[in-house]
Amino acid sequence: MRLQEIQKKIKDAFEVFDHESNDTVDVREIGTIIRSLGCCPSEGELHDLIAEDLLSQVSSRMVEEEEPTGYIRLEKFLPMMVKVLLERRYRPIPEDLLLQAFEVLDSAKEGFLTKEELVKYMTEEGEPFTQEEMEEMLSAALDPETNTIQYRDYLAMMVIDEN
Amino acid sequence: MGSGSSTPHHFVLQKAESAFKAAVLIQRWYRRYIARLEMRRRCTWSIFQSIEYAGQQDQVKLHDFFSYLVDHFTPSSHNERSFLSCMFTEKRLLKDPEMEKYCDYESIEVPDCYTGPHLSFPLLPDHATALVEAFKQKKQLHARYVLNILHEARSHLMQLPNINRLSTGYSEEITVCGDLHGQLDDLIFIFYKNGLPSPERSYVFNGDFVDRGKDSIEILMILFAFMLVYPKEFHLNRGNHEDHIVNLRYGFTKEVMHKYKVNGKKILKMLQEVFCWLPLATLIDGKVLITHGGISDKTNLELLEKLERHKIISTMKYTKKPEKEKLVEEGRSSSPWFPLKSRSVPSSPLRLSPQKGSRSASIPCSFIPNRKEISKRVRKSVQLELEKCWQQVGFSEFKIQEELPFFPPESELDPCDLQGVDYEEWKQVADILWSDPMPQEGCKANTVRGEGCYFGPNVTEQMLQKHSLQFLIRSHECKPEGYEFCHNRKVLTIFSASNYYEVGSNRGAYVKLGRDLIPHIVQYQANKATHTLTMRQRISRVEESALRALREKLFAHSSSLLGAFKSYDLDGTNFITLSDWSAAVESVLHLGLPWRVLRPQLVTHTTNNMLEYTSWLDDLAKEQLSHENIQSSLLEVLYRNRSNLETIFRIIDSDHSGLISFDEFRQIWKLFSSHMNIDISDESICDLARSIDFNKDGNIDINEFLEAFRLVEQSYLEDKDLELKNSETSHSSCSSHGIH
Repeated sequence: MRLQEIQKKIKDAFEVFDHESNDTVDVREIGTIIRSLGCCPSEGELHDLIAEDLLSQVSSRMVEEEEPTGYIRLEKFLPMMVKVLLERRYRPIPEDLLLQAFEVLDSAKEGFLTKEELVKYMTEEGEPFTQEEMEEMLSAALDPETNTIQYRDYLAMMVIDEN
Repeated sequence: MGSGSSTPHHFVLQKAESAFKAAVLIQRWYRRYIARLEMRRRCTWSIFQSIEYAGQQDQVKLHDFFSYLVDHFTPSSHNERSFLSCMFTEKRLLKDPEMEKYCDYESIEVPDCYTGPHLSFPLLPDHATALVEAFKQKKQLHARYVLNILHEARSHLMQLPNINRLSTGYSEEITVCGDLHGQLDDLIFIFYKNGLPSPERSYVFNGDFVDRGKDSIEILMILFAFMLVYPKEFHLNRGNHEDHIVNLRYGFTKEVMHKYKVNGKKILKMLQEVFCWLPLATLIDGKVLITHGGISDKTNLELLEKLERHKIISTMKYTKKPEKEKLVEEGRSSSPWFPLKSRSVPSSPLRLSPQKGSRSASIPCSFIPNRKEISKRVRKSVQLELEKCWQQVGFSEFKIQEELPFFPPESELDPCDLQGVDYEEWKQVADILWSDPMPQEGCKANTVRGEGCYFGPNVTEQMLQKHSLQFLIRSHECKPEGYEFCHNRKVLTIFSASNYYEVGSNRGAYVKLGRDLIPHIVQYQANKATHTLTMRQRISRVEESALRALREKLFAHSSSLLGAFKSYDLDGTNFITLSDWSAAVESVLHLGLPWRVLRPQLVTHTTNNMLEYTSWLDDLAKEQLSHENIQSSLLEVLYRNRSNLETIFRIIDSDHSGLISFDEFRQIWKLFSSHMNIDISDESICDLARSIDFNKDGNIDINEFLEAFRLVEQSYLEDKDLELKNSETSHSSCSSHGIH
C-alpha cells in the first residue's frame, strides 16, 4: 500500500513537467522533480543519478561539466525514484547543520556575512551558483541597509516559509 | 619538518576544505528550496489554466444547452417562437442608412459638465495622445465620441483586405503585441517603453483587446484612434474575443453597460459591426504570418483572402454539430450542465429552409430518444423532416407560408447559414482565431476551447513551405515569460497582458522585427509592486489566489465530493486515505491537476495520514459562507452555476438594460423546467415571477433572477431528497446523497 502511494506521488510530480503528456520530461527538469519529492541531493549527486541510472535515455554527450540533454522517460525514472525514497537517500539538511555551515564561512565570527563574502563563497566555492541564483538568494537574504546577511534571521525565515 | 611549520599549512587546507563543504551544503539546501518554489509555481499555473479552460468549456456547454433546448422545445404560441428566435439572433443592420439611424451619434449632446477629452474629426495625432493622457487620469470618453470613433474605424477597416500586408522596407521596425484583455496599464507601459505610434514606429496588435480586464473600451478607443491617425503604420488583427457572444460572458458587455448607462446599447451594437471588419491576419514582407490563434492543416490563405470576413459576426458555435456529439459519446467525461433527460418532448419549432443544404442538425422532430437518433436524422432530407413534423403536430397539409412572418430569414440557428457564409469559410476563420500549437505531430480538434484545432510542428512546417514563410507569430495563450517559442522556433507566442491571472503571475512581452526579421523580445511586468517582491513572495501571492479559486470550485461541488468520498469509505468510518482523497477529487472536478502535489495546501488536518472528510467539507463551507448570507446547502449550486446564470441572464436581456421582463422570465423558465424535469405550470411560473420581483417594479434584475433559480432548484432537490429517503428505506446500501 505504501509503495503504491509513493509511486502515485512520484507520478504526479512527474506529470507537472510532462508538457507533451507522453510520459517524458526534459532532463533539465529532473532535478526540480527529485527535489520537490523531498530529496536534497547536491548537483554532483544529481549528475550521478542521471548518468548511472538513466544514461541510456540521455544523449551520450554526458561529459563532465557539460549540460546533459535529452529526455527521461517515466518508466525509467519511477523505479529509480522509488528506490531513492525507500532508501531515504539525500535527506534534507537539518537546520542546525545549516547554521554551522554559515558559521564556518563567517570567519570573523560576527554573526553575519558581508555581501561580498557570500557572493564569493557561493559563486566560487562548492558547486557555484549562476548569477541568477546568486541574485535571487541575495534578494531575500540581504539586509539592504547594512549590506550584510544576518544568516540566523535568514535561516529562521526560510524555515518558517518551508512549513 | 616538524609540526610547527606544517600546522598552519595543514590548518589552511582544513579550513579550505570545510569552507568548500559548507558552501556545498548551503548551495544544496538552497537549490532544493528553489525547486520546491518552482514546483509550486507550475502547479499554480496549471490551476489557473485549467479553471480558465473549464470556464471556456462552460461557455460552449451553455450554447449547446441552449441550442438543444431550442431544438426540442415547442413553443405553443407564435409569441414564444419569435422570442426564441430573437434570443439567438440579433437583426443585422446591414443597410447603412439603418445603421446611421440606429447608431447615430450626432444627436448625442456633450454636456458642459463633461471633463473628459473632446475630439474633432478627422482625428489628429494630438487627439490620440490626448486620449492616452486622459485615460491615464481615469477620465471617461463621452459616448458621442466613442460612437464617432467606432464609425470612423468601421469605414477605415472596410477598406482593408482580409490579410494585411506590411513591409519593413517602409517602416524599418515593426512592433507586434499580443493579448491585452482590457489591461490599460500594459498598453500604456508598452507605449512608454517602446514609444508612441508614429510614421517611424509601426505597430501590429494581434487581437483580444477586450474582456476580463476593466478598461477594454479605453483600450479600443486608443487603438482605433491611432489606427485612424496612422493608417499605414498601425494595424489590428481580430482575436476570438472580438465577438459579442464571447463578450457576454467575459466582461466586456458588462463593462460597456456599466460605463455607458444611456448609450451602452448603441455602442455594443456598433461594436459588432466594427469587430467583424477587423482583418484576419497580417503578413510582414511576405515572410512572417501573424494570426491571433494559429493555423490548422486546412488553413488556406487564398480562401482566407477571398471570403467576406464581415459576414462572420461570431465564431462561437450555436448548434451542436454531429461530430461534437460523437466526442461526447466517446466518453469524454463532460458532465452536462443541466441533466439532459431523454424524455419525449413535443415537436420542435419548424425551420423553413427547404432550399438550403442538409445541415439539419437543428431540425429534429418529435420524440428524441437519444443522440444517435439525432445524428441519424441529420442525414435525412430536410423535406422529409418537415413533413413528419407537420404530421405529428396534427397539420394535414403544409402551411409553410403561414409561418413565414415568424421566421425572418436570419432566424436560422446555424451560424453559417445565419451569416451567409458557407461552413468551410467559417471554419477557416474559426481556426485562425482559436487554434493552439501542440508539441505532437498532427492536427486535431481543440476540445479544450471548443473551437479551432491543436496544430503540430508538421502542420507549421507545411504551412511555411507552402507559402515560403519564415515563421508564425500568434497570441491567444498566456505564457509565464510573456512569450514562448515552439515548433523548432518556427512559432512564436506573444502575450502582452502581464499579471494576467494575478499580480505576479506572469510577464507581458512584445516583439520587434527589423529588416532582418529576427525577433527581438522585450518583457515587462506593469506593476511596480512586483519588482520589490522576492520570487518567493510573488509565487506565494499568486499561489494563494489560485488556491482560493480552487477551493471555491471544490466547494461548488460539495455534494458530489461527499458522494465520491463515501464511495471510498465503505465501512462508514468517516475517514479516507489521502490517496483516495486525490482520486475522488479528480473524479469529480475533472481538472487534470496534480492533486497529490497540491494536497498539502488543501488538506491541513490529518490523523494518521487519514482525512475526516465531512469536517473538511464543513471547513470549506465555512470559508465560503463567510462571504454571503445564503443557506449553505444551496450555496454550492448557486456558486457552480453563477457565471453560467449571469451569462444566460445577459443573453435573455437582449436590450442590455440589466432587467428582464416578466414575459422573458416566464419563457426562460419554461425552457429550464422542461430540462430540469420539473413540472411547473404556467400559473406557478407567473406566481414565481411576481414573487421574485422583490422591489415590485415589474421587472427582474440579475439578483432576483439568481434568487429565483435558487428557489426552484431547492424544491427540485428537496423532491430528489425525498425520493432518495424513500429508496433508502427499501435498500440497505448507500447511494450518493443529495443535500440535507
